[in-house]
Amino acid sequence: MNLRSPDLGFRLSAGAFALALAAIVVAIGVELTRQSWLSITEFGFDFWRSSEWDPVSGEFGALPFIWGTLYSSFAALLIATPVALGIAIFISELSPSWLRTPLVFLTELLAAIPSIVYGLWGIFVLVPAVRSLQMVTPEFLRQLPLFSGPPLGIGMLSAALILAIMVVPFTSAVAREVLRTVPNTQREGAYALGATRFEAIRAVMFYARTGIVGAIMLGFGRALGETMAVTMVIGNNPQVSASLFSPQHTMAAVIANEFTEAADDLYLHALIEIGLVLFVITLVVNALSRLLIWTMAGGGGTAARAKA
Amino acid sequence: MNGTLRRKVISALFVGACALAVVAALVPLAFILFFVASQGLQAISLEFFTGTPKPVGEPGGGMANAIVGTLMLVGLAALFALPIGIMTGIYLSEYSGGRFSSAVRFATDTLNGVPSIVIGVFAYGVAVLPFRQFSALAGGMALGIMMIPIIARTTEELLLLVPGAMREGALALGASRARAVFTVIVPAALPGIVTGVVLALARVAGETAPLLFTSFNNRFFSTSLTEPVSSITVQVFTYAISPYEDWHRQAWAGALVLVTIVFVCSLLARLATARVARIRD
Amino acid sequence: MRLPGLVLPVLLVSAVACGGGAPSGSEDGGAIDINGAGATFPYPIYSKWFFEYHALRPDVRINYQSIGSGGGIRQLTNRTVFFGASDGPMTEDQIAAAPGAILHLPTVLGAVVPIYNVPGLAADLRFDGTLLADIYLGTVTKWNDPAIARLNPGVALPADDIVVVHRSDGSGTTFVFVDFLSKVSPAFRERVGVATAVSWPTGVGGKGNEGVAGLVSQTPGSIGYVELVYAEQNRIAHGAVRNAAGAFIRASPAAVTAAAAEAAANMPADFRVSITNAPGEAAYPIASFTWLLLYEQPEDKARSRAMVEFMRWALTDGQQHCEALGYAPLPPEVVSLELAALERVAVS
Repeated sequence: MNLRSPDLGFRLSAGAFALALAAIVVAIGVELTRQSWLSITEFGFDFWRSSEWDPVSGEFGALPFIWGTLYSSFAALLIATPVALGIAIFISELSPSWLRTPLVFLTELLAAIPSIVYGLWGIFVLVPAVRSLQMVTPEFLRQLPLFSGPPLGIGMLSAALILAIMVVPFTSAVAREVLRTVPNTQREGAYALGATRFEAIRAVMFYARTGIVGAIMLGFGRALGETMAVTMVIGNNPQVSASLFSPQHTMAAVIANEFTEAADDLYLHALIEIGLVLFVITLVVNALSRLLIWTMAGGGGTAARAKA
Repeated sequence: MNGTLRRKVISALFVGACALAVVAALVPLAFILFFVASQGLQAISLEFFTGTPKPVGEPGGGMANAIVGTLMLVGLAALFALPIGIMTGIYLSEYSGGRFSSAVRFATDTLNGVPSIVIGVFAYGVAVLPFRQFSALAGGMALGIMMIPIIARTTEELLLLVPGAMREGALALGASRARAVFTVIVPAALPGIVTGVVLALARVAGETAPLLFTSFNNRFFSTSLTEPVSSITVQVFTYAISPYEDWHRQAWAGALVLVTIVFVCSLLARLATARVARIRD
Repeated sequence: MRLPGLVLPVLLVSAVACGGGAPSGSEDGGAIDINGAGATFPYPIYSKWFFEYHALRPDVRINYQSIGSGGGIRQLTNRTVFFGASDGPMTEDQIAAAPGAILHLPTVLGAVVPIYNVPGLAADLRFDGTLLADIYLGTVTKWNDPAIARLNPGVALPADDIVVVHRSDGSGTTFVFVDFLSKVSPAFRERVGVATAVSWPTGVGGKGNEGVAGLVSQTPGSIGYVELVYAEQNRIAHGAVRNAAGAFIRASPAAVTAAAAEAAANMPADFRVSITNAPGEAAYPIASFTWLLLYEQPEDKARSRAMVEFMRWALTDGQQHCEALGYAPLPPEVVSLELAALERVAVS
C-alpha cells in the first residue's frame, strides 16, 4: 500500500496530461460545432448537397468544396500511390544497403519541405509548365470533359500534381514501416520455392496488404487537409467540374481565403461548418487507416505506426 | 524454359519500375531545391535579415521582424506542447495496456491528422475571439497543438526502445515508478527525444495555415506576446501572391531560409539518430 | 524530478492568464501599437502613410494588414482590430450588428481599372460597362468577340479564350466594380448583384488586389480588375472605360476627382456615397471613395488619441502622397467635413 501510492500519484499526474491531449481533440470538435451552429440549423443536410456559395444572398452550400477536395485528393492519390509504393519497395526490398540511408533521408526531406515553399514553387514553376502542357493538348482531347476549359495553368491539374509530390513521402514512409513488419520467413519461403524477385515481393505485398491500404489512406487523409500549396495553385473558384484544367476550390482553401473576411455571422458559421466537415472526414479516414495498420501489426503494436 | 525467361523479364521490369519511382520522386525534390536555392541566393542579402518591410511596391526592406516572429511562435509552441506531449508519451509507454491508453493513442493519431487550417480555426475561436486580439500567444498555441501528437508519439516510441533490464534494475533497487522513469528511462532515451522535438519544431516552423488568423501579421518589429506578430511563412505567402517583382524575390529568400532550417534540422536529427543507433549496437 | 513537467504548464497557464487577461496593453515601452485590417484597394497608400507617420512619430506604430474589405468589417465588428477599412460602405445590417457606432471616414479616392494580359496587342483596349458585365457573366468568351471588336476598331484581336480573373476574398474593389456593372447592366444586377463578395458565374479567384494582379500578369489571355495603382506599379495594361456621358476615359487621379465633384457638393452626413458611373464629361466611371472605419467610443483612449491625430495628419499633410500612387486626393470640402466629424471620436 505504502509502496503503491507514489506510483498511483505518478500515474494520475501523467494521465492528466494524456487526458489533456484527448480533451483538446474533443474541444476542437465541440468548438467547431458550436461556432457553426447557425449554419447547421439554417441549412441542415442541404449544406452538403447545394453548390450555391453566394454571400450576397446568404446561400451557402459546401458541395463544390467537398467535390474539389475529394477530386484533388483522389487525383493526387492516383499519381502518388504507385510512386510511393515503388519507393517503399525499392528502399526496403531492393536497395543496396549503402543507398538506403541517403534515400530515406531524401524522401524525408521531401516530406519536411514546408507547404508554403511548395506553393511558391507551384506558382512560379509548376503552373507555367502545366499551362504550356495545356496549350499543346490536342483539340480532340480538349473536347473531352476531362480536359475542357482554357489553358490557365492554374487549376485542378496543378493542385493534384503538387499534392501528389507532397503525399509521396508520407505514404512511402508508412508503407516502408509496414513492409518492415513482414516476417523474413515470407521472403525466404518465396525464394526457397524458386520465386523471382517480383514474385517474392508480390508475396510480401500480399502479406502486408491491409497495412499498405492503411498507408495509402493515411496519404489520402494528408491530401484532404493540405491548404497553402493547394490554395496557391487551384484557382479558388467554387464549381463542380470534371475538368482537370478548370479552376476549382477545396474545403481547406476556402477557409484560408475567406475566414478573416466573412462579414456576417451566417457566412462565418458556414465556413466553420466546412472546417467541421473537414475535421470529421479526416477523423474517419485516419481512424480507418490506423485500424488497418494496427490489424496488420497485430493490434496495438507501435512498430508500424506512421512516422512521417 | 520460355516461362522462366518471361518471369525473369517481368521481375526485371518490376525492379526497374521501382527504381523509376525513386527517380520520379527525387526529380521534383531536386527541382524545388534548385529553384529555392538559385532564386533565394540571388535575393538574399544582409538587409533581408536586418530590415523590416518597406511600403507596398518600394524595393528593399527585409524580414527581420518575421524571423524573430517565427522564433517566438516556435518557442511558445514548444512551451505549450512539451509538457503535454512528453508526459503523454511517458504515460503511453508506462501504461500501454488498458482502455484509457488506447483512447489516448487514438486521440493522438487523430490530432496528428487534423488539418492545420482546422486547428487555426479552433485557435481563433478559443484564443483570439475571447481576447479580441490577434496575438503571438494564439499562434503559438495553434502550432503547439500541432506539435503535441508528434512529441507524444516520438517519446512513446523511444521510451519503448529502452531495454527492459534498465527499468527492472531501477525498480529492483527500490525506486518508485516516477523515479525510475525520470532518472533512468527518460535519460536513456533523451537524445532521441530531443531529436524528435527538434524535428517537430522544424515542422511547425514551416506552417502557414494555422497562423493566418491567429498570430496574423505585423509590419513592425514586435516582441509582445499579446500583439500580432509576423512569421516567415505568412510573409512568404503574402509576397508570393503579390504582383511585385521585388516581393517575389523576398518570397524566394524567405523560402530559402525556411528550407535551410528544415534541411539543417533533418540532417542533425539523422546524424544524431545514427550515432544513437551505433552506440546501442 | 517530476517537477519540470509540472512547473512548465503552470508557468504557461499563468503567462496566458496574465497576457490574455490584461486589457490588450497598448503601452509597450511607451510605444502605441495600433492594429488595423481591411481593404486591399488603399493598401499601397496606407502602408506609405503608416511608414511615413512612424518616421514622424516613432512612438506610434500602426500595423495594417490588407485582408479585404469584408474582413475589415468583420474584424472591426469582432473588435479584434482597432480600426477597419473598406471600399464599400457598411450595409445597414452590418452597422446594426456592430457593438458600437462606427464612423466612416473617406481617406482617398481611387479607381478600379480593367486589366488584361493579351500578348501582341498594338493599342490599349477600350471597354464599356455592358461589355465588362458580359465578360464577367461568361457570355463573351473570346478576345475577338464582335462586342470587343466593335469598341476597338482597327485593333487586331486574337481568337484566344478570355480567362476571367476575379477576387476570391471579400473585397471593396469587387464592390466598386460590381456596383458599376450593376448600374449599367440589368442582367448583371439580376444574376450577380452588389456586395463585397459575390457569386461569380465564371472565372478564377485571386486573393487580394495583389493576387488578381499577380494572376493576370502570369496568365496570357486573362482579364481582371484591380485598383489603379496595382496596374501602374506592375505595368499591366489597363483599358479605357466609357462613362455615363459616352466618352472613353482612362483612369487617372484627375478623372477620379472629376467623378467625385458632384458627390463632394452633396455629401451625406455619414459619408456613405457611391460615385460609380458619375455624370460629367471627364469623369472616370469606376471610381470610389475608400473609407477608414473607427468606433466613435473606443475602449482604449490612448490608441484613440493616437489614431485621431494620425487621421488629422492623413487628411491634410498625408494627401500629398496620393498622386504619386495613383489615388486622387480628397476634395477640400470633404476634408473639412471630416475634420469636424473626427471630433465625435472619444479620446478621453
